[in-house]
Amino acid sequence: MELFTNQVLAGIATGAIYACMALAVVMIYQAIDHLNFAQGEMAMFSTFVSWQLMQWGVPYWGAFLLTLIFSFLGGIAIERLLFKPLAKAPILTNVAGFIALYAIINSFAGLIWDFTIKQYPTPFGSSPFLGSQLISTHQAGMIGVTLLLLIALYFFFQFTRMGLAMRAAASVPESARLVGINTSWMIALGWGMAAAIGSIAGMLIAPVVFLEPNMMLGVLLYGFAAAVLGGLTSPLGAVVGGFLMGIFENLVGTYIPGVGNELKLPIALALIVTVLVIKPAGLFGRPIVKRV
Amino acid sequence: MTAVQEAVTEAPAVEAVPKRAMTLGTGSSLIMLALLIMAPLFVKNFIIFQLTMLLIYGLAVLALNILTGGSGQFSLGQSAFYAVGAYTSAILIEHAGMNYALTLPIAGVICFAFGFLFGQPALRLSGVYLALATFALATAMPQLLKLGYFEHWTGGVQGLVVTKPDAPFGLPISQDMWLYYFTLVITIAIYIFSVNLLKSRSGRAFMAIRDNEIAASAMGIDVALYKTLAFGVSAGITGVAGGLGAIAVQFVAPDGYTITLAISLFLGMVVGGVGWLPGSIVGSAFIIFVPNIAEGISKGLSGAVFGVLLFLVIFLVPHGARQVAMVAQHLFGKLKKR
Amino acid sequence: MRSRQTLLIATFSATVIALAATIGSALAQKKYDTGATDTEIKIGNIMPYSGPASAYGVIGKTEATYFNKINAEGGIKGRKINFVSYDDGYSPPKAVEQARKLVESDEVLLLFNPLGTPSNSAIQKYLNAKKVPQLFVATGATKWNDPKDFPWTMGWQPSYQSEARIYAKYLMKEKPDAKIAVLYQNDDFGKDYLKGLRDGLGAKASMIVAEESYETSEPTIDNHIVKLKATGADVFLSITTPKFAAQAIKKLAEIEWRPLHIVSNVSASVGGVIKPAGFENAQGILSATYAKDGADPQWDNDPGMRKFFAFLEKYYPEGNKLDGSVVYGYGAAQTMVKVLEMCGDNLTRENVMKQAASLKDFTPDTLLPGVKINTSAADFAPISQLQMMRFKGEKWELFGDIISGELSH
Repeated sequence: MELFTNQVLAGIATGAIYACMALAVVMIYQAIDHLNFAQGEMAMFSTFVSWQLMQWGVPYWGAFLLTLIFSFLGGIAIERLLFKPLAKAPILTNVAGFIALYAIINSFAGLIWDFTIKQYPTPFGSSPFLGSQLISTHQAGMIGVTLLLLIALYFFFQFTRMGLAMRAAASVPESARLVGINTSWMIALGWGMAAAIGSIAGMLIAPVVFLEPNMMLGVLLYGFAAAVLGGLTSPLGAVVGGFLMGIFENLVGTYIPGVGNELKLPIALALIVTVLVIKPAGLFGRPIVKRV
Repeated sequence: MTAVQEAVTEAPAVEAVPKRAMTLGTGSSLIMLALLIMAPLFVKNFIIFQLTMLLIYGLAVLALNILTGGSGQFSLGQSAFYAVGAYTSAILIEHAGMNYALTLPIAGVICFAFGFLFGQPALRLSGVYLALATFALATAMPQLLKLGYFEHWTGGVQGLVVTKPDAPFGLPISQDMWLYYFTLVITIAIYIFSVNLLKSRSGRAFMAIRDNEIAASAMGIDVALYKTLAFGVSAGITGVAGGLGAIAVQFVAPDGYTITLAISLFLGMVVGGVGWLPGSIVGSAFIIFVPNIAEGISKGLSGAVFGVLLFLVIFLVPHGARQVAMVAQHLFGKLKKR
Repeated sequence: MRSRQTLLIATFSATVIALAATIGSALAQKKYDTGATDTEIKIGNIMPYSGPASAYGVIGKTEATYFNKINAEGGIKGRKINFVSYDDGYSPPKAVEQARKLVESDEVLLLFNPLGTPSNSAIQKYLNAKKVPQLFVATGATKWNDPKDFPWTMGWQPSYQSEARIYAKYLMKEKPDAKIAVLYQNDDFGKDYLKGLRDGLGAKASMIVAEESYETSEPTIDNHIVKLKATGADVFLSITTPKFAAQAIKKLAEIEWRPLHIVSNVSASVGGVIKPAGFENAQGILSATYAKDGADPQWDNDPGMRKFFAFLEKYYPEGNKLDGSVVYGYGAAQTMVKVLEMCGDNLTRENVMKQAASLKDFTPDTLLPGVKINTSAADFAPISQLQMMRFKGEKWELFGDIISGELSH
């Protein structure tokens, strides 16, 4: 029983990483209706920027804030420069654009900061949390920040005009334009917010996994999967999905004999596909009704 | 829980390519064919090898074109089918001593079955969800290939070395040249098959599903059957390509069939023009040669250069090579009128 | 009569002179295979400059810069080295393409230090069939030491199995009742290592109580560590690459598990692994090495390392001396230059292999004192010695003797 609780707790700790990333994924999906492959790389780049600022002497929270602003503006800039021209192009071409962006950012990060791992500080410290040896204070902090972000996003979308405008622009663009919403800028705003959230995710994840250009590879995949599991239209779903993935993966690795360990990821993904087959919109997603 | 309503009159995810524009005209086809037949006679063995890989990846992109451009189902998982085809061929050649040519139809059939089976749960998924499911398949495949259980057959992480066939009947041509022509014949056969498939009733069913699934089912098309059929055919062709790839490269290993391959094939499809079968070879050329060009420009930033070149292509021709061909055709038509 | 005699003498002398000249020039004749000329030696290389293993691309960069230095100093007997390096993205099919390009299109003399077991496995048969040297491959897989079946392929660094055997020997001597937990990367590197450990323990392989594998696609290996702690093991063998080794060190400290921690040489870099993981967490960790660490102040005045630092300063200022890969590239390139020098004017592929198989007690600047490169017609493992070391304070302390990890075939 102890092993079980240990693995569940450890799974929650890793799941926090996935949940963070999944939130950013859902954010971009809300804005543009697609998954952005380059999300992880943008988060990684932002984290490197913050690291560089700290190397130059800027204190942690200062670097944090500056990076947030940089990411927000950067996200908007990327959208305006690279993806607005592709707005009329087919979706698949846009996806190709995401892939191109991924390659560019990854390459530049490797060139500027090389591939050796870097230690990244955490504002929460690394001691055991509440005496538990499985969750450190940092991981608890990560979970806390994720939940805070979640609540903030919820409030933003449900109770602010801007949030409402964004939701309108994403789901019914023509009608939104008719009531005077500038849908084009809503998309840019969505990118900016997604980039900012991604940067927070990156800065929370880096202390655990160590900062290096390829650090987001695995995380992005899990983040996607968690977001889809929870429902791409629901930030709460993304967070729950993230934790579930972490726990499930751990339990599969521990309890399924023989192949469980080597096939952790495929089995976890198979689970998600199964969930999707039963509930196509994900656990918390709103079902999409097609009217003819 | 409020439902999100989507009006079906919205533009479909994969845009329709008019049937007429799906293939090249007779004239251009013949020119292409002549080029492909004569090319290896003038170049070194290494270039012949690259041309063979061009055809092989072209086949894989063609398969993806049928699936996505034809029936409108996203797939980021073609590398999984390619891997299965490659390993089938390799295992049959190395462990069962089978003739390499025979392994290809077997690889094709096995992958067809595999694709058909995968198409079943995929029925309920569409768009980004299907993309994720296929992505999951592609990531799972290398790990499955590394499994200890199968190590005796697959060689595990070390992979399998495959013997390259000599030209038959003692023909005085190099192994590379023989393999090229062998691949060319198979490619042409599959291309003709695909074109006919898309022009046939099944093809029309695919396209109807792509353009408007609900309307298609309302008209009596068995959506489930055709969707899984599309997956099966696409997987089968990719499997044959994989088998050819294993023979050409003479080596199979899990690291050769990662998600990077699936993404490359996807990019090849977009650059060539979604749904435009002749574009498959343009797409294939892009994914083989542009990374080399990028590396030549800057070793440290080869990824960035590749990304920039890719952006250039999709900015200039968002619809891929098909757009170029249509423009060329248009100009040609204008010239003719004079 | 006299004119006829003169003619005879003249003809005779001329013939002798001509004969002497021919014999003489045959002895002094330069012999070249494709890729070598009077002015140039063309060397091919394949590295993962992109993709998941791009961290190792810096090895290729270091080697290119080292060859630039040699060229700036006059080259090898006046011949400049033309180093052609291509990216394979750690993908075997791409490696095959690049190898064929190097041999058939660029027409290099040999392939030097291609990286990655899958890539090298893919091109091994081709290169041996074409009789092109596949020299000093950048992987520790044990299978490169096989001159009988693959006479054109040679490794360089100590094989993973030989390193693992050294740990096995150590454990059987120092902790015969140990319970060993192993975390290994699920690829050729991890599996080769594990085999070496098992073979090294032999009958006592039951000392291994747990084997956990992980994939490089996993963001963190923390949960594996948790699982291994639960097995109650008191020895932890970390067969991991740098990022995951650092994660392991950190996690062990966080969950307050203090087994005897052994880390593979691949991840023993002070600057690349220990420092980011935290010096305080790494006290007492064991490893083994064959080369000097650029971050270790004990080598600051070592003549070999001073040459290395001078090289970095003059030719490669952006090179990170803390990165074990940079040290590695330097050492390998130096070995290559030595072999080419030993070839003299006979730059045929056959002679290159012959000279490579005749290295006697060669010591590049960056190897530990006492570790020497030795090869022979039956021994294609240039470096097979290691010395164990323990981490104390902020650096590694070597202890014990230089051990040979020779595997008898």
